[in-house]
Amino acid sequence: MDFASFLIQTLNSLQYGLLLFLVASGLTLVFGIMGIINLAHGSFYMIGAYLAFVLTSATGSLVLAVVLGIPLALAFGAFLEWALFSHLYKRDHLEQVLLTYGLILIFEQLRSLLVGDDVHGVAIPAFLDASIQLTEVMSYPVYRLAISVVCIVLAVALYYVIQRTRLGMMIRAGNDDRGMVEALGININMIYRVVFALGVALAALAGMLAAPISSVFPNMGSHVLIISFVIVVIGGIGSVWGALVAALIVGFADTFGKVLVPELSGIVVYVVMAVVLLWRPEGILKKG
Amino acid sequence: MMKSTFKLAGNLALTLALAAAGIGAANAADKVKVGLMLPYTGTYAALGTAITNGFKQFVDENGGKLGGREVEYFTVDDESNPAKATENAKKLVSRDKVDVLVGTVHSGVALAMAKVARDTKTLMIVPNAGANDLTGPLCSPYVFRSSFSAWQPSYAMGEALAKKGIKNVATVTWKYSFGEESVAGFKEAFEKGGGKLVKEMTLPFPNVEFQPFLTEIASAKPDAVFVFFAGAGAAKFVADYAAAGLKNSIPLYGPGFLTDGNLGAMGGAGEGLLTTLHYADGLTNAKDAAFRTKYAQTYKLQPDVYAVQGYDAAQMYEAGLKAAGGDPEKKEDVIKGMESAKIDSPRGAFTLSKAHNPVQDIYMRQVKGDQNVMLEVVSKSLEDPARGCKM
Repeated sequence: MDFASFLIQTLNSLQYGLLLFLVASGLTLVFGIMGIINLAHGSFYMIGAYLAFVLTSATGSLVLAVVLGIPLALAFGAFLEWALFSHLYKRDHLEQVLLTYGLILIFEQLRSLLVGDDVHGVAIPAFLDASIQLTEVMSYPVYRLAISVVCIVLAVALYYVIQRTRLGMMIRAGNDDRGMVEALGININMIYRVVFALGVALAALAGMLAAPISSVFPNMGSHVLIISFVIVVIGGIGSVWGALVAALIVGFADTFGKVLVPELSGIVVYVVMAVVLLWRPEGILKKG
Repeated sequence: MMKSTFKLAGNLALTLALAAAGIGAANAADKVKVGLMLPYTGTYAALGTAITNGFKQFVDENGGKLGGREVEYFTVDDESNPAKATENAKKLVSRDKVDVLVGTVHSGVALAMAKVARDTKTLMIVPNAGANDLTGPLCSPYVFRSSFSAWQPSYAMGEALAKKGIKNVATVTWKYSFGEESVAGFKEAFEKGGGKLVKEMTLPFPNVEFQPFLTEIASAKPDAVFVFFAGAGAAKFVADYAAAGLKNSIPLYGPGFLTDGNLGAMGGAGEGLLTTLHYADGLTNAKDAAFRTKYAQTYKLQPDVYAVQGYDAAQMYEAGLKAAGGDPEKKEDVIKGMESAKIDSPRGAFTLSKAHNPVQDIYMRQVKGDQNVMLEVVSKSLEDPARGCKM
């Protein structure tokens, strides 16, 4: 591999890793802070992508679709928490898995009824529809770089909210000792509702932003679900920074695995996960 | 007293049931039982529906009959799930006693079905699944195919590119049997014509993170790139390839699945691409024109290659039944009839090879707007080599 290719592959790794972080961040919040194993997380990604497709077709602009889509996703998340997930906190993980797996089937069937089973594309917004020439034959789409910037901004914002604000303090406290937080007169149910809605909105946002480069198709959520769990586990359950570091590790492992050891590219990511877990069974960064 | 009344009632019911069954059996003997085992849910649902539509369209055109008999359909959704394939196929064969099994799209499911067909000596027609093995090492007198083998369109592309004088090609595909068979078919013809594969890349199915491969291609600078992808993954590959600026400098080729049924999702990135397949838009034969008009009228949909394959599966069975005087029980005669038939398909007429795979023309097609328009026949009457078939 020459040096120019190496640099471009590094850029590919960073860009892929940041996109994975966006999907996994919502999962680490819901899984880590609320203790809910949410298999339907991939479905929220899928719903986001289809929202982008439907709203972009209706409004003619992906930016407008995202602006409209985020409040919809937040409201949907809050509704689901109220109607279903709020009943699960005291139940065991098996029941959470059953409910969220059922939700995957319901969401896919609804998607099939409402939008059909075709593959769709979403147009890149005109002001980002350009590319930068890297070598004489290869160029890099500006839109991919723009997604990376959004991901970095979100990572910083999430860190700030959880570590530096009163809401974040309550969220962390609720995670450590639910009973004590309630005894202090804080409405823990409301906090969980906010966190869950935020998790849904993050997954949906990832789907919306990824829609133009991944295309929109049935079962697209299942592709990101497993890799998201891998990232959450590598990073340390509940840690936003951990998810960021883990997503970048996975991005590098996947990209360079495909190029350097193509025969093993299907397992490189999982080998990395196994090694990290042997080294630090609780993930790279524990809660924090 | 009570007991004997019950007994009487029981006997009566039993007699009635037997009588009903007897009548049923008499009726069934007059009908041809067709078992459609196809995907009606999941990713391939649209393909299963198109195949069913095509099959039924031929039966309708034939006066609602096959071999002069009414047709009774038994439908099973195979969910493209190989784990359920054997059980589903057995149900159709032993419970419903179908005369012919028609299925399916997914190669893994079709291979399991073919085993059931072989073991129970039931006639089977594969209306899509392209696994070479179905008409290769696992071929059987009872298994026919109305579609293609993975080898066919790719081999034709290899020949065509070698003829164009292209020397160095890089390939990318998913690491699963259909992808690997496609690349192998391409490689065989391309190397025979003097070309060389400079880089053979694979990624696990259904991974769609292509950026690392595009970077490799840009650095290797081959004369052309050959890929096998289908569906949403194909749409993404073509769009990524164009976005990386490679489309203008290194031409992209592949079997027709690259641009079939997903052109809308590419948003123009596919414009001008050349692909090979046994069907195309803009064919000039009268059969195709009539088929398309009728299909569009009946189903309010444009037909695709899958509808054609379903239509031809029905045509093939009709040819077999005709040779057997309309009696599906005379399996030897049905098989002989199908083997010697010339099928007047919308894709152009074809015959069946010794291994029961279509011997057919392969078209070079170019993407224009939302169509894959026929440019020329690149391989006339191409026959799958059926390696490993002992029949």
